[in-house]
Amino acid sequence: MNAPRIYGLLAEFPSAEALCAAARHVRARGWTRVEAYSPFPIDGLGEIIGAEKGWIAPLTLLGGILGGAGTYFLQWYAAVVDYPINIGGRPLNSWPAFIPATFEITILGAALAATVAMLALNGLPRLYHPLFEVEEFELASRNRFFLCLPARDPVFAPGPARDLLAELHPLLLREVPA
Amino acid sequence: MSTPDTRAETDSLHSRGSAVLRPGWGYASVTDKIANIVLTDRFGWRWWTAFLFASAGVFALLLAITWLLVKGIGIWGVDIPVAWGYAIGNFVWWIGIGHAGTFISAVLLLLRQKWRTSINRFAEAMTLFAAGIAGLFPILHLGRPWFFYWLVPYPNVMNVWPQWRSPLVWDFFAIATYLTVSLLFWYVGLIPDLATLRDRAGQRGERKSQVTYGLLALGWRGEARHWARYEWAYLLLAGLATPLVVSVHTIVSLDFAVGNTPGYHSTIFPPYFVAGALFSGFAMVLTLAIPLRHAFGLQDFITGRHLANAAKVLLATSWLVSYGYMAEMFTAFYSGDVYERYMTVNRFAGPYGPVYWAMLTCNVLVPQLFWFRRVRHSVALLFVLSLVINCGMWMERFLIVVTSLHRDYLPSAWGMFYPTRWDWITLFGSIALFVWLFLLFVRFLPSISIAEMRELVRESAQGEA
Repeated sequence: MNAPRIYGLLAEFPSAEALCAAARHVRARGWTRVEAYSPFPIDGLGEIIGAEKGWIAPLTLLGGILGGAGTYFLQWYAAVVDYPINIGGRPLNSWPAFIPATFEITILGAALAATVAMLALNGLPRLYHPLFEVEEFELASRNRFFLCLPARDPVFAPGPARDLLAELHPLLLREVPA
Repeated sequence: MSTPDTRAETDSLHSRGSAVLRPGWGYASVTDKIANIVLTDRFGWRWWTAFLFASAGVFALLLAITWLLVKGIGIWGVDIPVAWGYAIGNFVWWIGIGHAGTFISAVLLLLRQKWRTSINRFAEAMTLFAAGIAGLFPILHLGRPWFFYWLVPYPNVMNVWPQWRSPLVWDFFAIATYLTVSLLFWYVGLIPDLATLRDRAGQRGERKSQVTYGLLALGWRGEARHWARYEWAYLLLAGLATPLVVSVHTIVSLDFAVGNTPGYHSTIFPPYFVAGALFSGFAMVLTLAIPLRHAFGLQDFITGRHLANAAKVLLATSWLVSYGYMAEMFTAFYSGDVYERYMTVNRFAGPYGPVYWAMLTCNVLVPQLFWFRRVRHSVALLFVLSLVINCGMWMERFLIVVTSLHRDYLPSAWGMFYPTRWDWITLFGSIALFVWLFLLFVRFLPSISIAEMRELVRESAQGEA
C-alpha cells in the first residue's frame, strides 16, 4: 500500500437516529471495529457496534470486598493482636463496633474501583488521539454524531470503505491521518 | 438572555417543552447556553461584588482560624460542662446540607426522576463544599488540630492505633469516605462536559482554556463503547452513594447517641438526623438554585417545576423531622427517666427555650405553607422560606449539642454556653467560604450537566420527558 498511513475514515451525521442506522448498516457488512461518537449516551448504540458489558461490575465488587475485608482485618489486627486493651470486659474482637469503618471503606473501595476501572478500560486518560486532528470532530461534544471506520478493522480497504460511507449520505466524509 | 430561537438553526430537533424543560431547545443551543456561561459571558459587577464580600468573609475565617491555632479553643465559648459548642453544631449542620446533593444525584437517578437533570451538578458541588467545610470543624475543635492525622490508622512510632470502638473514629471514616466518593461522583459526571468545554474553547481559539479543560477531560471523545462503560460506572456509583448518604449522617448521629447524656442517648437519632439532613440540604438547594437561575437566565432549564418539587420534598422531610421531635418528647416522658424528662422541660422553658420555639416555628410551622400551590410556585417566597429553614436547622443542631450538655445529671455541675465573637466569626466565615467556593464554581465549571441536558432534549423531542 503506497497511500499515507491513515487512522480511518470519519463520517458526520446530523442525528442519533442517522448514526444508529449507519452503524447498523456498516455492522451488517461485516465491520467489527466500528467506532461511533456521540455527544450523549445513546440507548442501544453500544449493542449495535458490539460493545461488551465488560469488567466494571466485577471489578467494583472486588474493590468493595478488598476494602471491607482489609478494613475489618486492620481493626481486628490492631485491637486483638497488636494492641489488645481490655475495656470494660468487652471482647477484644468486638465486631459490632468494627462495622461502621468496614462499611465505609467497602463503599470507598468499590467506588474507587468503579471509577478507575471505567477510565482504564476506556484507555483514558489519553490526551492525544488522531481524531482530534479533524477540526469538525469538535462538534462530537456538541450536536453532531460521527461514525469512524478504523484502518485496523480486518475488512478495511480505503476505496470500498469510502464508498460504503458515501452510500449513507453523511454531512461530511474525512480521512483521518494516523 | 439568549433565546433558543436565535441559536437553534443548527439543531435538527428541538425540545417540545415540558415541565422540566421549556420548548425550542436543541443539542447545540443547550450546549452553547450552558458552556457560554463559563467560556464567554462577562463576570459582571454583581459577581464581583458578591465575590468581594465572600472573600472578606473568607479572610475573617482565616483570621479566626489563625487566632485559634495561636491561642487554643479557649477563644470560643466552650468550657465544662458545654465542651461542644458552635463548632460541633456547625459541623452537623454543614454535613447535613451536604446530603441533598448526593441524594439528588444518586437516589433520583436510580428512581429515574427527570427533574434531577438540571439540578444535580450544582447540588453535587454544594455537597462537596458543604462536606469539606463540615470536615474542618471537628479538626479545628481537636485542641491540637495539627495532630488530626492521628485519626488515620497507620503504623507509627507511638505504637498506638485509633480507638476503633469510638464513634469519633467512625466519624472520621464516614466523612473521609463521603468526601472522596462525592468528589468521584461529581468528577465522573463532569468528564463529558469538560470535553465539551475543551472543544468549545478550541473552536473559539482560546488556547489556555482548551488546554486546561482538555487536561481535566482526560481525552474524553464520546465513543459508544466509552459511553457504555461510563453509564455503567455512573450507575454503580449512584448505587454505592445511596447507602453511603444514609450511613454518613447515621454515624454522625452516633457521635451523640452512643453517649449516655440525657437527650443524646436515643435510638431515634439516626433516622431523625438523616431526615434533618435532607431537609436542610433541599433548603440549601433552593437557596442556591433561585439566584443561580436568575443570574444566568436559566429559567428554561431550572423551571418552576424543579423548585416546586424541592418544596414538596421540604414539606415531606419537615414532617419526618417533626416526627423526630415528637418521638423525642414522647420517649422522654414515657421512659419515666427523671433526667430525660427534665432535659425536655428544660428545652421548652429553660434558658435556651426561645431558641427551641424559634426552631419549631422555622422547621415545623413555616414549612406547612408548602401545602399551598401558590406558595410552591412563588419564587421569591420559596427563597425566603428556604433561608428560614436553613436558620431553623442550624438552631436544631445548636440545641441538640448544647441543651443536653448544659444541664445533665448533677445540678452542681450545670452551666451556660455563651458564644464569643470568634464563634460568630467562624460560623459566618464558614458561610462566606461556602459562597466563595460556589461563586468560583459557577464561573469555571458548567453548573448544569450539559451532556444530560442533551439527552433530555432528545427525550423531550420524542415526547418522553
